[in-house]
Amino acid sequence: MSSVSGAAAPGRGAKTAVKSSMWRQSVRLLLKNKLAIAGLVIVVLMFLACFIGPMFSPYADNKTNMRIMNRAPNLQHWLGTDKLGRDVLTRVLLAGRISLTVGLASMVLSVTLGTLLGALSGFFRGVVDQVIMRVADLLLTIPSLPLLFIFGALLSDWKVPPENRMYIVMLILSLVNWPSMARMIRGQMLSLREREFMQATTVLGLNNKRKLFHHLLPNLIPLIIVIATLNIGGAILSESVLSFFGLGVTAPTPTWGNMIDAANNLIDFQERPWLWMPPGLSIFITVIAINIFGDGLRDVLDPKQKR
Amino acid sequence: MENLLRVNRLSTHFHTDEGTVKAVDDISFRVGKGETVCIVGESGCGKSITAMSIMGLIQAQGASGVTGGTIEFGGEDLLKLGKNELRTLRGSEISMIFQEPMSSLNPVMTIGEQLTEPLRIHRKLNRKAAAKRAVELIAQVGISRPEQIMDSYPHELSGGMLQRIMIAIAISCGPKLLIADEPTTALDVTIQAQILDMLRRFKDESEMSIMLITHDLGVVAEMADYVIVMYAGKIVEEGEVEVLFDDPKHPYTRGLLRSKPVLGQLQDELYSIPGQVPDPLELTESCYFHDRCEFCMDICRVKGPPLRGVGERQKTACWLYEEANVHA
Amino acid sequence: MGAYLSKRLSYIMIILAAASLMIFCLYAMTPGDFISSNIKLSAERKAELREIYGLNRPVLERYWTWLTHALRGDLGYSLAQQRPVLALFNTYIWNSFLLAVVSTFFTWVIAVIVGVVAAYRQYSWFDTLVMIVIFGAMSIPSFFIGLFLIKIFAVDLHLLPPGGITTTGSNAVGWAHVQEVIKHMTLPVAVMTLLGTGSLTRYFRSNMIDVIRQDYIRTARAKGVKESKVLFGHALRNAMLPAITLVGFELPALFGGSLIIEKIFNWPGIGQLYIQSFGQRDYPLLMGFTMLIAILTVIGTLLSDVLYRIADPRVKL
Repeated sequence: MSSVSGAAAPGRGAKTAVKSSMWRQSVRLLLKNKLAIAGLVIVVLMFLACFIGPMFSPYADNKTNMRIMNRAPNLQHWLGTDKLGRDVLTRVLLAGRISLTVGLASMVLSVTLGTLLGALSGFFRGVVDQVIMRVADLLLTIPSLPLLFIFGALLSDWKVPPENRMYIVMLILSLVNWPSMARMIRGQMLSLREREFMQATTVLGLNNKRKLFHHLLPNLIPLIIVIATLNIGGAILSESVLSFFGLGVTAPTPTWGNMIDAANNLIDFQERPWLWMPPGLSIFITVIAINIFGDGLRDVLDPKQKR
Repeated sequence: MENLLRVNRLSTHFHTDEGTVKAVDDISFRVGKGETVCIVGESGCGKSITAMSIMGLIQAQGASGVTGGTIEFGGEDLLKLGKNELRTLRGSEISMIFQEPMSSLNPVMTIGEQLTEPLRIHRKLNRKAAAKRAVELIAQVGISRPEQIMDSYPHELSGGMLQRIMIAIAISCGPKLLIADEPTTALDVTIQAQILDMLRRFKDESEMSIMLITHDLGVVAEMADYVIVMYAGKIVEEGEVEVLFDDPKHPYTRGLLRSKPVLGQLQDELYSIPGQVPDPLELTESCYFHDRCEFCMDICRVKGPPLRGVGERQKTACWLYEEANVHA
Repeated sequence: MGAYLSKRLSYIMIILAAASLMIFCLYAMTPGDFISSNIKLSAERKAELREIYGLNRPVLERYWTWLTHALRGDLGYSLAQQRPVLALFNTYIWNSFLLAVVSTFFTWVIAVIVGVVAAYRQYSWFDTLVMIVIFGAMSIPSFFIGLFLIKIFAVDLHLLPPGGITTTGSNAVGWAHVQEVIKHMTLPVAVMTLLGTGSLTRYFRSNMIDVIRQDYIRTARAKGVKESKVLFGHALRNAMLPAITLVGFELPALFGGSLIIEKIFNWPGIGQLYIQSFGQRDYPLLMGFTMLIAILTVIGTLLSDVLYRIADPRVKL
């Protein structure tokens, strides 16, 4: 039997495969997503407020002042004062510096670690893959909250000075988070390897390093960016849980998590909500903004996963 | 012949970010009782959208969907029917089979479940009676061991068998009109012939009309009473099958027929129409075929030709046959 | 299936053995032990007790003792409570299970209905609202929303009790007891449902969006099937299929309790027991709890895979 001939696909002009145009197109698409942009704006504002805000606060020296302790919000102290007479608003912003830094840094660490190990695993396969993936399996088998508890307790034992604890907390969080990242990257890597363009690189005789860094990883960058963004939110949440239980960053360094710890005191909890509600709401607003922005990014950068 | 279906000036448009796609643009045709009408054209010419518009399965989102015209079926305008009234027609009075039998059946439901469903909805049969009728239907479409098939899942059957099941589902409630959208395209050639035979047999037995959508001229020659040729959302030519095959008027139809290999006739090279189907977003006021047409004239670039009768049993939309306009 | 299962099971055994060794060493590394935190004891008495409990032996030897006992189904004695760990689990685990099973039920019902409707009306205002609520639910720190609700509903409005499973000193029995427990459950269940609904709704929504576009949904409509039945009968069956894998992943949550929620609401569950024991360094109990979750996790994963193979007619065993 015969068929109508002629190309069916309407040619829309050859797409220029220039890298910059791909990113520019992504940015254009992203700008259309109002919800995602709103999320980004909130995140940026939160960062600015936390890192620049305290400079304009008359209470930034964090001095205790017993004469004005536990005041409710008023004109001088918009969010009131705590039991040492410190300004809560300033402390929330200072705490934000720590919480945001921990979130960002532990994301960078776990994404780097996860990507590197996942990519090695998916690329070389064999023994390397076996070793890395078995370790990942092991870490994924152990429930993460008890693991965080143990590490948190070890932290106290090592007599880490309070101002350095945040660095250890970052390490702990990334140690717990890398396996799932590595698994995902490995899975993507394995499916990419089977694609035609990778077989072409083998035919062309490219060496491993070039294949890995010039052909495979660039294809994963959009996915990595999306996961990294969403990871910041998760890391901020984990840090807050840890600090709330007194196992993360501890006083006097304020973080959003350990500020909510005030709620463990019955009177503060019942009578002085200004002590613990603002940091909780800050976490909520920051994380929801990050998640919405991350989801918008996913739609643009990783349309296969569009949900 | 009495009309069963009359489509009058139907337009179905889709509004996208990049502009409006006139998938079906002001087309009119009729299907008589017991007649087989074939709609021919390349993919993307709007033939499937026409079918989905008749079925009322174009999801109206905002301003997209059927934007004008009437679809009279048995004297009633389908476009004016309520959702539920239309639903009771679907699967009983009008039914449809699709191109991909493999993906057209639900993978997690048994054949039996899917086949008895229209019987239970439209014929109000109980579970037992529906199952009994379903077994008969499976036997009718020529599949052996029907009881066993009832409990099978789609992935356990071949494409040809699945298309037979789709036909069984479609004819289960004795429809007046069967719309078949490329029913044989995804199948092997030998199976194709069997499926077409079966459709013709059911048509003859029940006086059902068939609206057959295809890009395959072999299928047209074998099945059609009347042929409609579509191009870029418009009808460019229509006519009774013998007339149209013997004496195609529109350059597009001629091209289609020339690209059909003829058995026993030696050809150096298979003919193909030069150029590509126009981008539906970039259609301008012109004959949409002008840039692929070997007889292109000045007027073709600025004005679309109307569909006019040429001879008794044929209509075409081409300026070549509008003497008055050419010289105007 | 047999070969597949035995291969999986042997791998699970190896992973669990490795995990138990690692957990044991980690707990051994955590500073302090049950005895050193008790200030009432003299130094000699402490040394004596350490000898009795075997706390002064090398880690590996202690691990071996623990492992051989554990393999015989003996998780040891809780030092703080002076009861067998398994008996303690049996007391506390059902309280955790009660919270988990009720909230899981609500979570699934809400997620399925909202997810399906949002997918059907993708990009409508309802869908947008659902998406925002989903992101909200996924972004709340659980302990904070718990405290927040206690503050509003218990402290300020006095509508619900702030925590516990029964009112302190209450001797209610029968129906009155049930009512009391329900009242106490309301807030923790609400929080757990809220936290779980976010990602699950999103999951069902995206699965449904994929399914609705399939050819067989068009076929169902062409047969004249009612739209509600197309969605909840035909499409949902396909969308539920991958969700079956989630059932296995719920396993640790069902029996493992929720550390944070139980702590915030003072619920006498196994998570609360863990946190209390962590402060006391009650190693047998900590070890038993962590291994319980680890076992539930691996069994859950295996269960997911097996269920999926059974549920999907296309996957051959």
